[in-house]
Amino acid sequence: MSNHVSSYKPLSPMAKWWDDRLPIARLIHDSFVEFPTPRNLNYLWTFGGILSFCLVAQIVTGLVLAMHYQPSGADAFNSVERIRRDVNFGWMIRNFHAVGASMFFVAVYIHIFRGLYYGSYKAPREILWILGVLIFLAMMATAFMGYALPWGQMSFWGVTVITNLFSSLDGVIPGVGTAIVTWLWGGFSVSGATLNRFFSLHYLLPFVIMGLVILHVWALHVAGQNNPTGLDLKHKSDSVPMAPYAVMKDAVGLFAFLIVFAWFVFFLPDYLGHADNYIEANPLVTPPHIVPEWYFLPFYAILRAIPSKLGGVLAMFGAIAVLFFVPWLDTSRVRSTKYRPIYRWFFWLFVISCLALGYLGAKPADGIYVFWARVFTFYYFAHFLIVMPIVGLIETPKQLPRSITEDVLGPDKHTGGGMGIPAGAAAAPEKR
Amino acid sequence: MIKTSLRAASVALALMLAPLPVMGAGVEHILIDKQQWPFAGFRGQFDAGQLQRGFQVYQENCSSCHGLKRLSFRNLVQPGGPEFPENSVKSLAAGWPNKITDGPNDKGKMFERPAKLSDPILGPHKNEAEARDAFNGALPPDFSVIAKARGIEPTAPWYTHIFLMMRDIATGYQEGGPDYIYALLTGYKNAPKDFNLSDGMSYNAAFPGHQIAMVPPLAKDNFVKYQDGKGSLEQNAKDVSAFLAWAADPSLNERKRIGWQVMLYLLVTTVLLFLAKKRIWSRIKH
Amino acid sequence: MAAETEDPNRRDVLVMTANAFAAVGGASLLWPFIHQMNPDAGAQALASIEVDLAPVKEGQAITVMWRGKPLFIRNRTKDEIAAARKTALAELPDVVEPAADTARVKAGKENWLVLVGICTHLGCIPKGQSLADTKGDFGGWFCPCHGSHYDTSGRIRKGPAPRNLDVPPYEFVSDTKIKIG
Repeated sequence: MSNHVSSYKPLSPMAKWWDDRLPIARLIHDSFVEFPTPRNLNYLWTFGGILSFCLVAQIVTGLVLAMHYQPSGADAFNSVERIRRDVNFGWMIRNFHAVGASMFFVAVYIHIFRGLYYGSYKAPREILWILGVLIFLAMMATAFMGYALPWGQMSFWGVTVITNLFSSLDGVIPGVGTAIVTWLWGGFSVSGATLNRFFSLHYLLPFVIMGLVILHVWALHVAGQNNPTGLDLKHKSDSVPMAPYAVMKDAVGLFAFLIVFAWFVFFLPDYLGHADNYIEANPLVTPPHIVPEWYFLPFYAILRAIPSKLGGVLAMFGAIAVLFFVPWLDTSRVRSTKYRPIYRWFFWLFVISCLALGYLGAKPADGIYVFWARVFTFYYFAHFLIVMPIVGLIETPKQLPRSITEDVLGPDKHTGGGMGIPAGAAAAPEKR
Repeated sequence: MIKTSLRAASVALALMLAPLPVMGAGVEHILIDKQQWPFAGFRGQFDAGQLQRGFQVYQENCSSCHGLKRLSFRNLVQPGGPEFPENSVKSLAAGWPNKITDGPNDKGKMFERPAKLSDPILGPHKNEAEARDAFNGALPPDFSVIAKARGIEPTAPWYTHIFLMMRDIATGYQEGGPDYIYALLTGYKNAPKDFNLSDGMSYNAAFPGHQIAMVPPLAKDNFVKYQDGKGSLEQNAKDVSAFLAWAADPSLNERKRIGWQVMLYLLVTTVLLFLAKKRIWSRIKH
Repeated sequence: MAAETEDPNRRDVLVMTANAFAAVGGASLLWPFIHQMNPDAGAQALASIEVDLAPVKEGQAITVMWRGKPLFIRNRTKDEIAAARKTALAELPDVVEPAADTARVKAGKENWLVLVGICTHLGCIPKGQSLADTKGDFGGWFCPCHGSHYDTSGRIRKGPAPRNLDVPPYEFVSDTKIKIG
C-alpha cells in the first residue's frame, strides 16, 4: 500500500549499496513478499497470477513463432505448416501459442466474473477496474489480429467481416466508412498488405498490454485487494504476508490451470480452432458458416441480434463500453454479492445470458437463434443499465461479518489484533 | 414490435419444449459415424502398417488427381509415420510421375528433374487453373492437411451439445477429419428418386449437399489390393483416411508421448504444491 | 498479520520438494525454446548436391552453393599441382589432416580441388576464383579482409587464418560428376 512503511532490510553490504541507488529489491519485497493480502482469499483470486503467466507465455511463444513465420499472403499458410512439420518442437510451440490464446481468455473471463461477483470494481478500485477493461479490449484486438496470421479461410473471412464493420459508418457520413475500411486494408480488399500490418500490430500490442498490466498491478497495490467479504482490511489480523501464503496458493492454482492447458496443447490442439482454417485463404470462396473464435462468440451474437448494420456494430462495442461504467452503475452499499440476496439471482442470470450468447454466436443467424440472441442481448444490457442501479437501491443486504478475521475464524474468535473495537461499533457498510 | 416479440416468444417456448432438431435453414447436418482408429483419443498412436497400406491406396488411387505438396518424400521415412525404408522411398521419389521444376540452368531455362527425398510430393497439376481446366471447373484439393480441414458437426439436439463437448474434451477426440473422409469414400450411393442430380455429378451420402464432382475413387468391386492380395472398399477407405490423418498431423506420436510425460509431471507437482500450501497455511488459523 | 505460532519461512522438506519440482519443470521447458533455433528438418534434408564438372576447363574454377555456403571447385593445372605437392609439411602453419595435398583430393582426380570457400579466420570469401582476381603469394586464394594467403591446395601459408580451407565430404559419382554432402 502507498502508505506502507517498508520492512525491507538489505542483508549484505552489496545489497545495501544497491538499495541506496536502485531499490528494486525493496520494491519487489514490498509489493510481492511483505504485501498484505486478505487472509480469506479463495482460489478465484489466483487468476491474477495465472493471467500474468499467460501474458508472459504468449509473448515468449509468439517471439519464437515470429522467428519462423512469414507474414505474406503467399507464404503465411506455408510457413505455419513448416512450423508444424519441420521446425524443431515447432508443433509444440505453435500449439502452446494457439491454445494459449484460448486459455488466456478462459482465465480473463473467470477473472472478470470474479470481479463482478465480489464487487471488485467499487470504490476505491474504479481505476483498477477501468484498466482491466482496457486490458480486455487490447487482448481482443491482439487475439483478432493473431487469428488472421495463419491465413486460412477463417482468418481471411474473419478479417473481412470484422473490418467491414467499420463500413457501417457510411450510415452516419456517406463515404467515411468505406474510406476507413480501405485504409485498414491497405487495398480494395483484404490482402497480403492487410496481413503484414496485422502482424506488425500483433507483435506490438502485447507490449501495450504489458504496460497496462503494470498500471493495473500498481493500482491494485494502492487500493489493496478485494476479498470474498468485500470488507476493507481493518486489523493486522485480517491479512497475511503475500509470501509465502498467497504465493503458494497462486502456485497451486497455476499448476492446476496448467493441467487443463497442457491437456489441450498435447491432446486437443485443434479442438478450440475451426477446421476451415486449415484451408488456405481464398478470396473467391466464402466458407458456408463464418464463426469467430469461441471467446468472441457472445459479442458476435450481440452484433447479429440487431437487425441494423450500424445498430449491430454499436451494440457490440456498447457491450464492452458499458463495462467502463459499472463502478457507477452499481448503487449497492456492499461490495460482495455473497451478501446480496436479490442481486445474486440476477448475477447468475447474467452468467447464463453470456453463456447462451456464446452458444448462439456459433449458430447460424436465422430463425429461432436470432430470437433468443435478442432476448439475451436485451438482458445483457438490462443487467448493467437497469438491474445494477435499481436492485442496489431497493435491496437490503444480509448482515456482514464485522471483519475479515471474524469471517474466517467465527464471531467469538475475534482477536482484534490489538485494535479492540467495541461490538456494534464496526463501520458496517451495509448500513452506510 | 412487442406483439410480434410475444408471439415469437410463445413459438420459441413451444419449440424449446419439443426436442429441437430445427437447425438453421439451409444448413443440413449429416450424421457421420465415428470410426475406431488406432491413433484415436489421448492414448492412440499411428500404426505404421496401416499408414503404409494407406499410402499405397493414395499412390494408386488418389495421386492421379490430388497432390500432397506440404509433405516431402523424406517424411515417409521419418519415425511416427509409415516408416518406409529409405532406399525404397528414394526410388519411389525418383520414379514419381510428377517431376520437380528446377532451374534456371546455365542457359537460363527452367527444367524438370526427378524428385529427391527432400522434394515435395506433387500432384499432376502445376497450379489451380490447370487443375480446374482438367476437371470441368472442379478443383481436386491438395491432401496435405485435408484431414484437419474437415470435421463433423453434432446432429443431436441442442441441449446435448454441452455434454458431447465435455465428452470430446475428456476423451481427447480429434478424429472428425478421418471420420468424415471414411464416410465420404464409403458414401457413394444411388441417388434417391426425387433427388435432382446434375450432369457429371455423383451422389454421396456424406458430402454436404450430396452432389460431388469426384467420381467414386473406390468401389465394392474396384479397390486396391494390398501386398498380401487382400483388400476391400472399407479397408482401403479406412487405411487411406488414417494415412491422411498422419499427413495432416505427422507429429502426433511424439506429441502424445511427450504429452503424457508433461501430464504426469503436472499432476505430481500440483499435488506436491497443494500439500506444501496446506503445510504453510497450517501455521496460521484459517 | 495473523496470529502466528511458527516462523512462516521455516524450512520444510515438503515445501522445498514442491518448489524444486516446479523449478525443474520450468527449466526443462527451456530446451524446446532453445532447440527450435537449430536447423529445421527441411534444412537438414537439403544436405547434398550434385555438380557437373565437364564444362570446367583446366585452370578454371567455379563456385557453387552448398548448405548456403560457397564451394570453390578448381580444375588445377599441372604446375599448380606440382607446387602443392612439393611443399613440405614443415612449411605449413596448420598440419591437422588433411594437410598433405594427396589427402585433400581424390586419388586419380588430383586436378580437382573442392573447398569450402570461407576464410577460416573470420568467415570472409577469399579472392582467387576468377582469372582477374589476385591469388595471393602462393597462387591459391587471398582473403582481402585481413590478408590471409592460401596455396594451390587451399592451405593457409601466411596471414592470420588459423586453419586450412575445409574440404567438404564429396565423392565422384561418374567421371565428371561429383556428389557433395
